[in-house]
Amino acid sequence: MLELRDLVSGYGKAMVVKGLSIDVGRGQLVSLIGANGAGKTTTLKAISGLIPIKSGKVIFDGQDITNASARKILSLGVAHCPEGRHVFPYMTVTENLEMGCYLRNDRKAIADDMSRIFEQFPRLAERRQQVAGTLSGGEQQMLAIGRALMSRPKLIMFDEPSLGLAPNIVEHTFDIISNIRDQGTTVLMVEQNALAALEMCDHAYLIESGALTLAGSGRELVDNPHVRAAYLAD
Amino acid sequence: MKRALPIFWLLVLFTLPVWLRDPYFLHITIITAIFIIAAMSLNLLLGYTGQLSLGHVAFFGIGAYASALTSLGFDIELPGGLHIVHAPWPAIAGFPVGIVVAGLCGYMIGKLSFKVRGAYFVIVTISFAEVMRLVALNWVDLTQGPLALNNIPPYSIWLPGIGEYEIWSKVVFFYVVAAVGVACYLIIQRLVQSRIGRAMVALKDNESLAISVGIDVTRYLVLAAVMSAAMAGAAGSLYAHYVKIIDPEIFLFIYTVTMVIMVITGGKGTLAGPIVGGVIFGFLPVVVRSYVAPAVQWMIYGALMIVIVFLLPRGIVPAIEQYFLNRKQADRPPDVAVLADLDAPKS
Repeated sequence: MLELRDLVSGYGKAMVVKGLSIDVGRGQLVSLIGANGAGKTTTLKAISGLIPIKSGKVIFDGQDITNASARKILSLGVAHCPEGRHVFPYMTVTENLEMGCYLRNDRKAIADDMSRIFEQFPRLAERRQQVAGTLSGGEQQMLAIGRALMSRPKLIMFDEPSLGLAPNIVEHTFDIISNIRDQGTTVLMVEQNALAALEMCDHAYLIESGALTLAGSGRELVDNPHVRAAYLAD
Repeated sequence: MKRALPIFWLLVLFTLPVWLRDPYFLHITIITAIFIIAAMSLNLLLGYTGQLSLGHVAFFGIGAYASALTSLGFDIELPGGLHIVHAPWPAIAGFPVGIVVAGLCGYMIGKLSFKVRGAYFVIVTISFAEVMRLVALNWVDLTQGPLALNNIPPYSIWLPGIGEYEIWSKVVFFYVVAAVGVACYLIIQRLVQSRIGRAMVALKDNESLAISVGIDVTRYLVLAAVMSAAMAGAAGSLYAHYVKIIDPEIFLFIYTVTMVIMVITGGKGTLAGPIVGGVIFGFLPVVVRSYVAPAVQWMIYGALMIVIVFLLPRGIVPAIEQYFLNRKQADRPPDVAVLADLDAPKS
Protein backbone atom coordinates (compact mmCIF):
# COMPACT_ATOMS: atom_id res chain seq x y z
CA MET A 1 0.00 0.00 0.00
CA LEU A 2 2.84 2.37 0.87
CA GLU A 3 6.32 2.03 -0.57
CA LEU A 4 9.36 4.15 0.16
CA ARG A 5 12.19 3.82 -2.34
CA ASP A 6 15.61 5.23 -1.34
CA LEU A 7 13.98 8.13 0.44
CA VAL A 8 16.34 11.01 1.26
CA SER A 9 14.96 13.90 3.29
CA GLY A 10 15.84 16.33 6.07
CA TYR A 11 15.91 19.93 7.12
CA GLY A 12 17.75 22.51 5.01
CA LYS A 13 21.11 21.02 4.05
CA ALA A 14 21.15 18.42 6.83
CA MET A 15 19.80 15.11 5.58
CA VAL A 16 18.34 12.99 8.34
CA VAL A 17 16.88 10.16 6.30
CA LYS A 18 19.55 8.79 3.98
CA GLY A 19 18.15 6.32 1.50
CA LEU A 20 15.36 4.49 3.28
CA SER A 21 13.26 1.80 1.58
CA ILE A 22 10.33 0.22 3.37
CA ASP A 23 7.02 -1.39 2.46
CA VAL A 24 3.75 -1.19 4.33
CA GLY A 25 1.25 -3.83 3.25
CA ARG A 26 -2.48 -3.21 3.13
CA GLY A 27 -4.21 -3.84 6.46
CA GLN A 28 -0.94 -4.21 8.33
CA LEU A 29 0.31 -2.52 11.45
CA VAL A 30 3.93 -1.63 10.78
CA SER A 31 6.29 -0.27 13.42
CA LEU A 32 9.37 1.84 12.85
CA ILE A 33 11.73 1.69 15.77
CA GLY A 34 15.06 3.32 16.41
CA ALA A 35 16.90 5.69 18.70
CA ASN A 36 16.32 9.43 19.03
CA GLY A 37 17.44 11.22 15.89
CA ALA A 38 17.43 8.09 13.76
CA GLY A 39 15.02 9.73 11.31
CA LYS A 40 11.69 8.15 12.24
CA THR A 41 9.71 11.37 12.65
CA THR A 42 11.39 12.85 9.58
CA THR A 43 10.27 9.84 7.55
CA LEU A 44 6.64 10.37 8.54
CA LYS A 45 6.83 14.09 7.83
CA ALA A 46 8.31 13.41 4.40
CA ILE A 47 5.54 10.92 3.58
CA SER A 48 2.78 13.35 4.55
CA GLY A 49 4.32 16.23 2.60
CA LEU A 50 5.28 18.45 5.53
CA ILE A 51 8.94 18.57 4.51
CA PRO A 52 10.50 18.28 1.06
CA ILE A 53 11.98 15.04 -0.26
CA LYS A 54 15.47 15.39 -1.74
CA SER A 55 15.47 12.18 -3.70
CA GLY A 56 13.78 8.82 -3.80
CA LYS A 57 10.12 8.00 -4.18
CA VAL A 58 7.00 7.61 -2.09
CA ILE A 59 4.32 5.47 -3.69
CA PHE A 60 0.90 5.20 -2.11
CA ASP A 61 -1.79 2.93 -3.55
CA GLY A 62 0.16 2.72 -6.79
CA GLN A 63 0.36 6.49 -7.10
CA ASP A 64 3.57 8.51 -6.86
CA ILE A 65 3.06 11.06 -4.08
CA THR A 66 6.67 12.23 -3.81
CA ASN A 67 6.65 15.92 -2.90
CA ALA A 68 2.91 16.27 -3.40
CA SER A 69 1.24 18.91 -1.20
CA ALA A 70 0.12 17.96 2.31
CA ARG A 71 -3.42 18.67 1.17
CA LYS A 72 -3.21 16.31 -1.78
CA ILE A 73 -1.66 13.50 0.25
CA LEU A 74 -4.32 13.83 2.93
CA SER A 75 -7.07 13.77 0.36
CA LEU A 76 -5.63 10.54 -1.09
CA GLY A 77 -6.10 8.95 2.33
CA VAL A 78 -2.93 9.37 4.38
CA ALA A 79 -3.57 10.83 7.86
CA HIS A 80 -0.77 11.92 10.15
CA CYS A 81 -1.11 12.00 13.91
CA PRO A 82 1.94 14.09 14.84
CA GLU A 83 4.25 13.75 17.81
CA GLY A 84 3.27 15.39 21.08
CA ARG A 85 -0.50 14.88 20.68
CA HIS A 86 -1.11 18.10 18.82
CA VAL A 87 -4.58 19.56 19.16
CA PHE A 88 -5.92 23.05 18.51
CA PRO A 89 -5.90 24.26 22.13
CA TYR A 90 -8.49 27.04 21.79
CA MET A 91 -11.06 25.02 19.89
CA THR A 92 -13.60 22.73 21.46
CA VAL A 93 -13.42 18.95 21.11
CA THR A 94 -16.11 19.01 18.43
CA GLU A 95 -14.37 21.77 16.50
CA ASN A 96 -11.09 19.86 16.65
CA LEU A 97 -12.78 16.81 15.15
CA GLU A 98 -14.34 18.99 12.47
CA MET A 99 -10.87 20.24 11.56
CA GLY A 100 -9.91 16.62 10.92
CA CYS A 101 -12.33 16.46 7.99
CA TYR A 102 -11.56 19.92 6.70
CA LEU A 103 -11.25 18.61 3.15
CA ARG A 104 -14.54 16.72 3.23
CA ASN A 105 -17.91 18.17 2.33
CA ASP A 106 -20.38 15.34 2.91
CA ARG A 107 -22.16 16.63 6.02
CA LYS A 108 -24.21 13.50 6.58
CA ALA A 109 -21.20 11.18 6.52
CA ILE A 110 -19.23 13.58 8.71
CA ALA A 111 -21.98 13.53 11.33
CA ASP A 112 -21.99 9.71 11.22
CA ASP A 113 -18.23 9.53 11.62
CA MET A 114 -18.36 11.99 14.48
CA SER A 115 -20.91 9.96 16.41
CA ARG A 116 -18.90 6.81 15.73
CA ILE A 117 -15.82 8.47 17.21
CA PHE A 118 -17.79 9.63 20.24
CA GLU A 119 -18.95 6.04 20.68
CA GLN A 120 -15.40 4.83 20.50
CA PHE A 121 -14.10 7.52 22.87
CA PRO A 122 -16.83 8.14 25.46
CA ARG A 123 -14.53 10.53 27.32
CA LEU A 124 -14.53 12.83 24.34
CA ALA A 125 -18.30 12.64 24.08
CA GLU A 126 -18.59 13.84 27.68
CA ARG A 127 -16.37 16.78 26.90
CA ARG A 128 -17.47 17.67 23.40
CA GLN A 129 -17.99 21.36 24.18
CA GLN A 130 -14.85 21.69 26.30
CA VAL A 131 -11.85 23.63 25.02
CA ALA A 132 -9.18 21.12 23.94
CA GLY A 133 -6.35 22.86 25.81
CA THR A 134 -8.05 21.99 29.11
CA LEU A 135 -8.17 18.23 28.46
CA SER A 136 -5.78 15.85 30.18
CA GLY A 137 -2.85 14.40 28.24
CA GLY A 138 -4.61 11.11 27.59
CA GLU A 139 -7.78 12.83 26.44
CA GLN A 140 -5.78 15.05 24.09
CA GLN A 141 -4.17 11.94 22.60
CA MET A 142 -7.64 10.40 22.08
CA LEU A 143 -8.71 13.64 20.43
CA ALA A 144 -5.68 13.67 18.14
CA ILE A 145 -6.40 10.08 17.12
CA GLY A 146 -10.10 10.83 16.65
CA ARG A 147 -9.25 13.82 14.49
CA ALA A 148 -6.93 11.75 12.31
CA LEU A 149 -9.73 9.18 11.85
CA MET A 150 -12.17 11.90 10.80
CA SER A 151 -10.46 12.20 7.42
CA ARG A 152 -11.42 8.55 6.73
CA PRO A 153 -7.82 7.57 6.02
CA LYS A 154 -6.68 4.41 4.29
CA LEU A 155 -3.34 4.76 6.04
CA ILE A 156 -2.88 6.40 9.40
CA MET A 157 0.56 7.30 10.73
CA PHE A 158 1.21 7.65 14.46
CA ASP A 159 4.26 9.46 15.72
CA GLU A 160 5.20 8.44 19.28
CA PRO A 161 1.62 7.85 20.44
CA SER A 162 2.75 6.86 23.95
CA LEU A 163 5.01 9.88 24.53
CA GLY A 164 4.37 11.55 27.89
CA LEU A 165 1.31 9.52 28.78
CA ALA A 166 0.60 7.75 32.08
CA PRO A 167 1.34 3.97 31.90
CA ASN A 168 -2.30 2.84 32.05
CA ILE A 169 -3.21 5.31 29.30
CA VAL A 170 -0.31 4.07 27.17
CA GLU A 171 -1.75 0.59 27.16
CA HIS A 172 -5.19 1.95 26.31
CA THR A 173 -3.71 3.96 23.43
CA PHE A 174 -2.02 0.86 22.00
CA ASP A 175 -5.31 -1.04 22.25
CA ILE A 176 -7.00 1.67 20.24
CA ILE A 177 -4.29 1.55 17.60
CA SER A 178 -4.58 -2.24 17.30
CA ASN A 179 -8.32 -1.77 16.97
CA ILE A 180 -7.89 0.67 14.13
CA ARG A 181 -5.84 -1.95 12.29
CA ASP A 182 -8.42 -4.64 13.06
CA GLN A 183 -11.09 -2.46 11.50
CA GLY A 184 -9.13 -2.49 8.24
CA THR A 185 -7.11 0.71 8.27
CA THR A 186 -3.40 0.36 7.58
CA VAL A 187 -1.21 1.74 10.36
CA LEU A 188 2.39 2.96 10.29
CA MET A 189 3.67 3.70 13.77
CA VAL A 190 6.83 5.28 15.09
CA GLU A 191 7.47 4.35 18.70
CA GLN A 192 10.22 4.65 21.30
CA ASN A 193 8.62 2.01 23.47
CA ALA A 194 10.22 -0.68 21.32
CA LEU A 195 8.93 -3.74 23.14
CA ALA A 196 5.28 -2.71 22.94
CA ALA A 197 5.67 -1.59 19.34
CA LEU A 198 7.25 -4.90 18.32
CA GLU A 199 4.76 -7.05 20.17
CA MET A 200 1.70 -5.50 18.56
CA CYS A 201 2.93 -5.07 14.98
CA ASP A 202 2.69 -7.31 11.92
CA HIS A 203 5.99 -6.11 10.53
CA ALA A 204 8.79 -3.93 11.88
CA TYR A 205 11.75 -1.95 10.66
CA LEU A 206 14.75 -0.82 12.67
CA ILE A 207 16.24 2.50 11.54
CA GLU A 208 19.69 3.67 12.60
CA SER A 209 21.21 6.96 11.44
CA GLY A 210 18.64 7.44 8.73
CA ALA A 211 19.05 4.02 7.10
CA LEU A 212 17.41 0.64 7.45
CA THR A 213 19.39 -1.90 9.47
CA LEU A 214 16.87 -4.64 10.18
CA ALA A 215 13.49 -5.77 8.90
CA GLY A 216 11.23 -8.59 9.89
CA SER A 217 8.21 -9.60 11.89
CA GLY A 218 7.89 -8.15 15.38
CA ARG A 219 8.85 -11.51 16.90
CA GLU A 220 12.01 -11.74 14.80
CA LEU A 221 13.14 -8.31 15.91
CA VAL A 222 12.38 -9.00 19.56
CA ASP A 223 14.57 -12.10 19.33
CA ASN A 224 17.40 -10.38 17.51
CA PRO A 225 20.43 -10.01 19.79
CA HIS A 226 21.31 -6.53 18.49
CA VAL A 227 17.80 -5.25 19.10
CA ARG A 228 17.72 -6.89 22.53
CA ALA A 229 20.99 -5.26 23.52
CA ALA A 230 20.39 -1.81 22.13
CA TYR A 231 16.64 -1.23 22.39
CA LEU A 232 15.10 -3.69 24.80
CA ALA A 233 17.73 -3.20 27.50
CA ASP A 234 18.23 -6.69 28.79
CA MET B 1 -31.96 38.85 24.79
CA LYS B 2 -29.31 37.53 22.44
CA ARG B 3 -31.17 38.88 19.41
CA ALA B 4 -32.10 42.16 21.06
CA LEU B 5 -28.55 43.18 21.82
CA PRO B 6 -27.35 43.83 18.25
CA ILE B 7 -30.55 45.77 17.54
CA PHE B 8 -29.96 47.87 20.64
CA TRP B 9 -26.42 48.74 19.58
CA LEU B 10 -27.56 49.52 16.03
CA LEU B 11 -30.19 51.87 17.47
CA VAL B 12 -27.59 53.59 19.64
CA LEU B 13 -25.28 53.94 16.64
CA PHE B 14 -27.88 55.35 14.28
CA THR B 15 -29.49 57.75 16.74
CA LEU B 16 -26.12 59.07 17.89
CA PRO B 17 -26.31 62.33 15.87
CA VAL B 18 -29.72 63.06 17.40
CA TRP B 19 -28.35 63.48 20.88
CA LEU B 20 -24.83 64.50 19.88
CA ARG B 21 -25.76 68.13 19.17
CA ASP B 22 -22.28 69.50 19.53
CA PRO B 23 -20.67 69.55 16.04
CA TYR B 24 -17.23 69.21 17.58
CA PHE B 25 -18.20 65.96 19.28
CA LEU B 26 -19.83 64.77 16.11
CA HIS B 27 -16.56 65.45 14.30
CA ILE B 28 -14.63 63.44 16.90
CA THR B 29 -17.17 60.64 16.60
CA ILE B 30 -16.70 60.47 12.84
CA ILE B 31 -12.90 60.42 13.07
CA THR B 32 -13.09 57.77 15.80
CA ALA B 33 -15.49 55.69 13.73
CA ILE B 34 -13.12 55.83 10.74
CA PHE B 35 -10.26 54.65 12.95
CA ILE B 36 -12.45 51.89 14.36
CA ILE B 37 -12.99 50.59 10.82
CA ALA B 38 -9.21 50.60 10.32
CA ALA B 39 -8.74 48.84 13.68
CA MET B 40 -11.34 46.20 12.74
CA SER B 41 -9.42 45.53 9.54
CA LEU B 42 -6.17 45.21 11.49
CA ASN B 43 -7.89 42.81 13.88
CA LEU B 44 -8.66 40.46 11.00
CA LEU B 45 -4.93 40.09 10.39
CA LEU B 46 -3.58 40.42 13.94
CA GLY B 47 -6.38 38.82 15.91
CA TYR B 48 -7.48 36.03 13.62
CA THR B 49 -4.34 34.99 11.75
CA GLY B 50 -1.81 36.20 14.32
CA GLN B 51 0.24 38.22 11.83
CA LEU B 52 1.34 41.53 13.34
CA SER B 53 1.35 44.16 10.60
CA LEU B 54 2.98 47.29 11.99
CA GLY B 55 2.56 49.06 8.68
CA HIS B 56 -1.17 48.85 8.57
CA VAL B 57 -1.51 52.60 8.15
CA ALA B 58 0.07 52.11 4.70
CA PHE B 59 -3.18 50.57 3.43
CA PHE B 60 -5.19 53.33 5.07
CA GLY B 61 -2.97 55.98 3.43
CA ILE B 62 -2.96 54.22 0.06
CA GLY B 63 -6.75 54.09 0.15
CA ALA B 64 -6.86 57.79 1.02
CA TYR B 65 -4.43 58.85 -1.70
CA ALA B 66 -5.93 56.57 -4.36
CA SER B 67 -9.40 57.83 -3.59
CA ALA B 68 -8.38 61.49 -3.48
CA LEU B 69 -6.39 61.26 -6.72
CA THR B 70 -9.24 59.51 -8.49
CA SER B 71 -11.56 62.39 -7.73
CA LEU B 72 -8.98 65.18 -8.20
CA GLY B 73 -7.30 63.84 -11.33
CA PHE B 74 -3.58 64.04 -12.03
CA ASP B 75 -1.08 64.65 -14.80
CA ILE B 76 2.27 62.91 -14.49
CA GLU B 77 5.34 62.19 -16.62
CA LEU B 78 6.85 58.76 -16.12
CA PRO B 79 10.43 57.94 -17.09
CA GLY B 80 10.58 56.86 -20.71
CA GLY B 81 8.39 59.69 -21.90
CA LEU B 82 5.17 58.08 -20.71
CA HIS B 83 2.59 60.76 -20.05
CA ILE B 84 -0.44 59.86 -17.98
CA VAL B 85 -3.37 62.21 -17.61
CA HIS B 86 -6.34 61.31 -15.49
CA ALA B 87 -9.35 63.58 -15.61
CA PRO B 88 -11.23 64.02 -12.33
CA TRP B 89 -13.89 61.40 -11.70
CA PRO B 90 -16.91 61.78 -9.40
CA ALA B 91 -15.75 61.62 -5.78
CA ILE B 92 -17.79 58.54 -5.01
CA ALA B 93 -15.73 56.57 -7.57
CA GLY B 94 -12.72 57.12 -5.33
CA PHE B 95 -14.23 54.80 -2.73
CA PRO B 96 -14.07 51.57 -4.78
CA VAL B 97 -10.77 52.62 -6.34
CA GLY B 98 -9.26 53.16 -2.87
CA ILE B 99 -10.49 49.72 -1.79
CA VAL B 100 -9.12 47.98 -4.88
CA VAL B 101 -5.70 49.67 -4.83
CA ALA B 102 -5.25 49.00 -1.11
CA GLY B 103 -6.43 45.42 -1.64
CA LEU B 104 -3.82 44.89 -4.37
CA CYS B 105 -1.10 46.15 -2.03
CA GLY B 106 -2.47 43.76 0.59
CA TYR B 107 -2.11 40.92 -1.91
CA MET B 108 1.55 41.80 -2.34
CA ILE B 109 2.19 41.97 1.39
CA GLY B 110 0.19 38.78 1.92
CA LYS B 111 2.32 36.88 -0.60
CA LEU B 112 5.39 38.21 1.15
CA SER B 113 4.13 37.18 4.56
CA PHE B 114 4.40 33.57 3.48
CA LYS B 115 8.11 34.00 2.91
CA VAL B 116 8.94 36.08 5.95
CA ARG B 117 7.31 35.36 9.27
CA GLY B 118 7.38 36.72 12.79
CA ALA B 119 9.77 39.58 13.47
CA TYR B 120 10.76 39.81 9.79
CA PHE B 121 7.18 40.28 8.72
CA VAL B 122 6.81 43.09 11.25
CA ILE B 123 9.92 44.81 9.88
CA VAL B 124 8.78 44.40 6.27
CA THR B 125 5.41 45.99 7.04
CA ILE B 126 6.98 48.92 8.93
CA SER B 127 9.32 49.52 6.00
CA PHE B 128 6.45 49.30 3.56
CA ALA B 129 4.60 52.10 5.35
CA GLU B 130 7.74 54.21 5.56
CA VAL B 131 8.49 53.74 1.84
CA MET B 132 4.91 54.80 1.07
CA ARG B 133 5.41 57.93 3.15
CA LEU B 134 8.60 58.77 1.27
CA VAL B 135 6.90 58.21 -2.07
CA ALA B 136 4.03 60.48 -1.05
CA LEU B 137 6.54 63.07 0.14
CA ASN B 138 8.78 63.04 -2.91
CA TRP B 139 6.58 62.28 -5.91
CA VAL B 140 5.46 65.88 -6.02
CA ASP B 141 3.92 65.65 -9.51
CA LEU B 142 1.45 63.08 -8.29
CA THR B 143 0.90 63.84 -4.61
CA GLN B 144 1.92 67.51 -4.24
CA GLY B 145 4.43 66.22 -1.67
CA PRO B 146 4.41 68.18 1.61
CA LEU B 147 2.05 70.74 0.07
CA ALA B 148 -0.67 68.13 0.53
CA LEU B 149 -3.60 67.20 -1.67
CA ASN B 150 -6.30 69.68 -0.80
CA ASN B 151 -9.79 70.59 -1.92
CA ILE B 152 -10.67 66.91 -2.08
CA PRO B 153 -14.34 66.95 -3.09
CA PRO B 154 -16.94 65.42 -0.77
CA TYR B 155 -18.75 62.24 -1.81
CA SER B 156 -21.74 62.94 -3.96
CA ILE B 157 -24.63 60.61 -4.53
CA TRP B 158 -27.48 60.75 -6.95
CA LEU B 159 -30.82 60.66 -5.22
CA PRO B 160 -34.13 60.25 -7.01
CA GLY B 161 -36.10 63.47 -6.77
CA ILE B 162 -33.19 65.52 -5.49
CA GLY B 163 -30.55 64.82 -8.12
CA GLU B 164 -26.86 65.17 -7.36
CA TYR B 165 -26.36 65.51 -3.60
CA GLU B 166 -22.95 66.42 -2.22
CA ILE B 167 -22.33 65.25 1.32
CA TRP B 168 -21.15 68.32 3.17
CA SER B 169 -23.27 67.69 6.25
CA LYS B 170 -21.48 66.01 9.16
CA VAL B 171 -24.66 64.22 10.20
CA VAL B 172 -25.12 62.62 6.78
CA PHE B 173 -21.44 61.75 6.59
CA PHE B 174 -21.71 60.11 9.99
CA TYR B 175 -24.37 57.80 8.57
CA VAL B 176 -22.13 56.97 5.62
CA VAL B 177 -19.28 56.03 7.97
CA ALA B 178 -21.64 54.08 10.22
CA ALA B 179 -23.00 52.14 7.24
CA VAL B 180 -19.50 51.27 6.02
CA GLY B 181 -18.54 50.28 9.58
CA VAL B 182 -21.54 48.00 9.97
CA ALA B 183 -20.86 46.46 6.56
CA CYS B 184 -17.23 45.76 7.50
CA TYR B 185 -18.33 44.28 10.83
CA LEU B 186 -20.80 41.95 9.12
CA ILE B 187 -18.24 40.89 6.50
CA ILE B 188 -15.67 40.09 9.20
CA GLN B 189 -18.30 38.26 11.23
CA ARG B 190 -19.34 36.13 8.27
CA LEU B 191 -15.72 35.44 7.42
CA VAL B 192 -14.50 34.37 10.86
CA GLN B 193 -17.55 32.23 11.54
CA SER B 194 -17.14 30.36 8.28
CA ARG B 195 -14.81 27.49 7.38
CA ILE B 196 -12.29 30.08 6.27
CA GLY B 197 -12.30 31.72 9.69
CA ARG B 198 -11.91 28.35 11.34
CA ALA B 199 -8.89 27.71 9.14
CA MET B 200 -7.38 31.06 10.12
CA VAL B 201 -7.81 30.35 13.83
CA ALA B 202 -6.32 26.88 13.32
CA LEU B 203 -3.33 28.48 11.64
CA LYS B 204 -2.77 30.79 14.57
CA ASP B 205 -3.27 28.01 17.12
CA ASN B 206 -0.95 25.43 15.63
CA GLU B 207 0.42 26.00 12.19
CA SER B 208 2.11 22.67 11.51
CA LEU B 209 -1.00 20.82 12.58
CA ALA B 210 -3.15 23.08 10.40
CA ILE B 211 -1.02 22.14 7.40
CA SER B 212 -1.27 18.46 8.21
CA VAL B 213 -5.09 18.56 8.32
CA GLY B 214 -4.95 19.99 4.81
CA ILE B 215 -5.32 23.74 5.28
CA ASP B 216 -3.72 25.77 2.51
CA VAL B 217 -1.73 28.27 4.58
CA THR B 218 -0.66 30.65 1.82
CA ARG B 219 -4.16 30.96 0.48
CA TYR B 220 -5.72 31.92 3.79
CA LEU B 221 -2.96 34.31 4.81
CA VAL B 222 -3.21 36.07 1.47
CA LEU B 223 -7.00 36.18 1.69
CA ALA B 224 -6.86 37.71 5.18
CA ALA B 225 -4.27 40.25 4.08
CA VAL B 226 -6.30 41.31 1.03
CA MET B 227 -9.56 41.66 2.99
CA SER B 228 -7.81 43.51 5.76
CA ALA B 229 -6.02 45.91 3.39
CA ALA B 230 -9.18 46.56 1.39
CA MET B 231 -11.11 47.54 4.52
CA ALA B 232 -8.28 49.79 5.68
CA GLY B 233 -8.39 51.33 2.20
CA ALA B 234 -12.12 51.97 2.58
CA ALA B 235 -11.45 53.73 5.88
CA GLY B 236 -8.71 55.77 4.20
CA SER B 237 -11.09 56.86 1.45
CA LEU B 238 -13.68 57.95 4.03
CA TYR B 239 -10.99 59.91 5.84
CA ALA B 240 -9.77 61.67 2.68
CA HIS B 241 -13.22 62.79 1.63
CA TYR B 242 -14.14 63.82 5.15
CA VAL B 243 -11.17 65.98 6.18
CA LYS B 244 -10.69 66.92 2.48
CA ILE B 245 -6.94 67.35 2.81
CA ILE B 246 -4.28 64.65 3.08
CA ASP B 247 -0.52 64.90 3.29
CA PRO B 248 2.31 62.35 3.68
CA GLU B 249 1.95 62.54 7.46
CA ILE B 250 -0.99 60.18 7.04
CA PHE B 251 1.59 57.36 6.80
CA LEU B 252 3.08 58.12 10.23
CA PHE B 253 3.87 55.18 12.48
CA ILE B 254 1.81 56.67 15.32
CA TYR B 255 -1.44 55.93 13.44
CA THR B 256 -0.55 52.26 13.15
CA VAL B 257 0.28 52.25 16.85
CA THR B 258 -3.11 53.81 17.59
CA MET B 259 -4.83 51.01 15.66
CA VAL B 260 -2.76 48.32 17.38
CA ILE B 261 -3.59 49.81 20.80
CA MET B 262 -7.30 49.83 19.97
CA VAL B 263 -7.17 46.16 18.93
CA ILE B 264 -4.99 44.92 21.82
CA THR B 265 -6.80 46.73 24.63
CA GLY B 266 -10.23 45.91 23.24
CA GLY B 267 -9.33 42.27 22.73
CA LYS B 268 -7.70 40.90 19.61
CA GLY B 269 -9.47 38.05 17.92
CA THR B 270 -12.89 39.21 19.12
CA LEU B 271 -15.45 40.93 16.94
CA ALA B 272 -16.27 43.68 19.43
CA GLY B 273 -12.71 44.22 20.66
CA PRO B 274 -11.56 46.88 18.18
CA ILE B 275 -14.82 48.77 18.66
CA VAL B 276 -14.51 48.89 22.46
CA GLY B 277 -10.80 49.77 22.25
CA GLY B 278 -11.53 52.30 19.52
CA VAL B 279 -14.23 54.08 21.50
CA ILE B 280 -11.98 54.32 24.56
CA PHE B 281 -8.86 55.53 22.80
CA GLY B 282 -10.74 57.66 20.28
CA PHE B 283 -12.65 59.71 22.83
CA LEU B 284 -10.19 59.62 25.70
CA PRO B 285 -7.87 62.36 24.38
CA VAL B 286 -10.85 64.62 23.79
CA VAL B 287 -12.39 64.07 27.21
CA VAL B 288 -9.08 64.47 28.99
CA ARG B 289 -8.08 67.50 26.94
CA SER B 290 -10.62 69.77 28.61
CA TYR B 291 -9.18 69.08 32.05
CA VAL B 292 -5.41 68.84 31.78
CA ALA B 293 -2.42 70.19 29.85
CA PRO B 294 -1.53 68.40 26.57
CA ALA B 295 1.65 66.91 28.04
CA VAL B 296 -0.22 65.32 30.93
CA GLN B 297 -2.89 64.13 28.55
CA TRP B 298 -0.47 61.83 26.71
CA MET B 299 0.82 60.51 30.01
CA ILE B 300 -2.69 59.55 31.06
CA TYR B 301 -3.18 57.92 27.68
CA GLY B 302 -0.03 55.84 28.11
CA ALA B 303 -0.71 54.98 31.74
CA LEU B 304 -4.23 53.80 30.98
CA MET B 305 -2.92 51.60 28.20
CA ILE B 306 -0.37 49.99 30.53
CA VAL B 307 -3.00 49.45 33.21
CA ILE B 308 -5.40 47.78 30.78
CA VAL B 309 -2.76 45.51 29.28
CA PHE B 310 -1.42 44.68 32.75
CA LEU B 311 -4.78 43.89 34.33
CA LEU B 312 -6.52 42.41 31.30
CA PRO B 313 -3.80 40.84 29.15
CA ARG B 314 -6.28 39.35 26.72
CA GLY B 315 -8.18 42.63 26.35
CA ILE B 316 -11.39 44.13 27.66
CA VAL B 317 -13.93 42.10 25.69
CA PRO B 318 -12.57 38.63 26.55
CA ALA B 319 -12.34 39.72 30.20
CA ILE B 320 -16.01 40.73 30.25
CA GLU B 321 -17.05 37.52 28.47
CA GLN B 322 -15.07 35.51 31.01
CA TYR B 323 -16.72 37.39 33.87
CA PHE B 324 -20.22 36.50 32.67
CA LEU B 325 -19.16 32.94 31.92
CA ASN B 326 -17.84 32.54 35.46
CA ARG B 327 -21.01 33.93 36.99
CA LYS B 328 -23.06 31.53 34.93
CA GLN B 329 -21.15 28.49 36.10
CA ALA B 330 -19.96 29.66 39.49
CA ASP B 331 -20.55 26.20 40.91
CA ARG B 332 -18.22 24.59 38.40
CA PRO B 333 -14.44 24.99 38.57
CA PRO B 334 -13.62 27.60 35.90
CA ASP B 335 -11.34 26.88 32.99
CA VAL B 336 -9.78 30.32 33.26
CA ALA B 337 -6.66 29.31 35.12
CA VAL B 338 -5.86 26.59 32.62
CA LEU B 339 -6.44 28.94 29.72
CA ALA B 340 -4.15 31.53 31.28
CA ASP B 341 -1.45 28.84 31.48
CA LEU B 342 -1.99 28.12 27.83
CA ASP B 343 -1.37 31.76 27.03
CA ALA B 344 1.92 31.88 28.84
CA PRO B 345 4.25 29.70 26.72
CA LYS B 346 2.78 30.96 23.45
CA SER B 347 3.54 34.64 23.95
